[in-house]
Amino acid sequence: MDSALILEWVIKSAILIFVLLTGFAYLTLFERRALARIQVRIGPNRAGPFGLLQPVADGLKLIFKEELTPAEADKVLFTLAPVVTVVPALILAAVIPWGRDVTLFGRQVSLSVADLNVGVLYIMAVSSIAVYGIVLAGWSSNNKYALLGGLRSSAQMISYELALGLAFVPAILLADSMRMVDIVEAQHPWWFVVIQPVGTAIFLIATLAEVNRAPFDMPEAEQELTAGYHTEYSGMKFALFFMAEYAKMIVISSIAATLFFGGYLGPGVDRYPWLGPLYLFIKIVILLFGMIWLRATFPRIRYDRLMAFGWKVLLPLALAVTFITALGIVLEMLWLIPVLSLAAGLFTVAMVHRALRRKAYARA
Amino acid sequence: MIPLSWYLILSAALFSLGLFGVLARKNAVAILLGIELMLNAVNVNLVAFWRYGNLTSIAGQVFAIIVFAVSAAEVAVGLALVISVYRRRKTIVADEIDMLKW
Amino acid sequence: MTPLQLVFLLTAALTLVAAFRVVTTRNLVHAALWLVVTLFGVAVLFVLLNAPFLAVVQVVVYIGAIAVLFIFAIMLTRREMRDQGAQLNKGWWAAALVSLLTFGGLFWLTRSWDGFTRTAAPLPTGQDTLSALGKALVSPDAFVLPFEIASVLLLAALVGAVYVAYREK
Repeated sequence: MDSALILEWVIKSAILIFVLLTGFAYLTLFERRALARIQVRIGPNRAGPFGLLQPVADGLKLIFKEELTPAEADKVLFTLAPVVTVVPALILAAVIPWGRDVTLFGRQVSLSVADLNVGVLYIMAVSSIAVYGIVLAGWSSNNKYALLGGLRSSAQMISYELALGLAFVPAILLADSMRMVDIVEAQHPWWFVVIQPVGTAIFLIATLAEVNRAPFDMPEAEQELTAGYHTEYSGMKFALFFMAEYAKMIVISSIAATLFFGGYLGPGVDRYPWLGPLYLFIKIVILLFGMIWLRATFPRIRYDRLMAFGWKVLLPLALAVTFITALGIVLEMLWLIPVLSLAAGLFTVAMVHRALRRKAYARA
Repeated sequence: MIPLSWYLILSAALFSLGLFGVLARKNAVAILLGIELMLNAVNVNLVAFWRYGNLTSIAGQVFAIIVFAVSAAEVAVGLALVISVYRRRKTIVADEIDMLKW
Repeated sequence: MTPLQLVFLLTAALTLVAAFRVVTTRNLVHAALWLVVTLFGVAVLFVLLNAPFLAVVQVVVYIGAIAVLFIFAIMLTRREMRDQGAQLNKGWWAAALVSLLTFGGLFWLTRSWDGFTRTAAPLPTGQDTLSALGKALVSPDAFVLPFEIASVLLLAALVGAVYVAYREK
């Protein structure tokens, strides 16, 4: 193994971490400004032009805050929990391809940190580790709200992981590969969102639950659980949880963009490979805006409804979508896939509507 | 290169530790933890024999996957039983769960 | 000593220490977390054995699901068994003896086998283990029957677990 290759890996990892961390800082600002606009406010605009220095100010404030550790806490695990939460969020980004190979200083450089042949499985494995940070934080704080929040959100994450895992399958089947680059290249004329719209919708819903965002932000249900699993955290440890949530939002959006929205593909990429990262960036920002928009629009779902939705609606629908995709590929009729899966999706929506209406009548 | 013996010794040690946990622990959940250790030792052996044996036959890996499935089923049922016993008897000490019916 | 051997020895040491902590720690949540460390060690061993797919499945299934299930069960049943008090029963020395004898017996048994110090043949290039595994699991002249039985078993376990743990309102 030559040392230039190792140097290349180190540089690419450093750039990726840097991008994720600045992205996290400015995503918080983006979210606050966008939410403010939706609620007809202005949002933070005092620190620097357009409030651009606000994340710096927030970071400084969090660094200088006093750190508290509860007296009865499990000290080692209490310190370990934020680390266990942040690390998966950062290393998840390693398999995302940012573009085709480019030539730089006379070297052929691929624009992803690791090009694994089981890239999709890697994503599933790493995201299943993320549960531990929340469980450990909730348990080690020795606080009932923290424990309840931790249990709730880990149950939620495990349940939605099933639907999430099944939502990966249509993309794998359509691309006939688990390598991320192959999946992107297979979306050449048609993005997978066109071929499998319902699978994309399931993926997006399940990822919302996976990163604990509104309307699935159970662990942070302030009215019931004060702040959920990070009730006892303050200072930099709290900042790490915060960072993990936002870094995960970015990474999950980039995975969604890669699997279903064509990744780095776009007009002109064949001639100018450097357009790839730009297209991917634009897609990620649009998806992130969608997440913020959802937060501004929907109220939080009740916990039992959330679990029922995951197990009784999303999981069967994901199974049906997987089956339909396989059927379309075996029969070599790709047009069948969107038609049948949209029918299945509409049927599901109708059934949920009926069930909810029956409940409303029963109460009245 | 790593000789096969290293894997075999490691998995024998892992298996014995798991056996100790199963025999010596009082808590029913801890006994299940010991069983998991033993199943993992078996899996290490299966995959090691695949790698060091005939590479064209994939049976070792297939067996490992079936062991995954079996251990998932075992944990699900085992923990459900433990929780159900705990609800009725308020204990999960294996020695105290000695009635055949209640 | 090659770097690969060093990696193996470090992983093996970590795995065994963690496994020892699993069976001896008083605090059960800690025991479950040590189990996670052991499972990670086994996943690394799978990578060393050129089975990356099994390593990933190990992480997804064991660490992501089974170990979390353990932690849940421990949290739900913790009130009775606070973490003080003896965690080992009275006959623990006999158990230690039995497991030592088991280890000795296994060691002696495998050592007397002539393939004991065998080294691995290099992986043939161009052979795709992953697709071979996938095909073996669904082809009728290979392992489709055990595979289907395992899936039925999982379904039965799922239904059974729900039924056993269900509390009537």
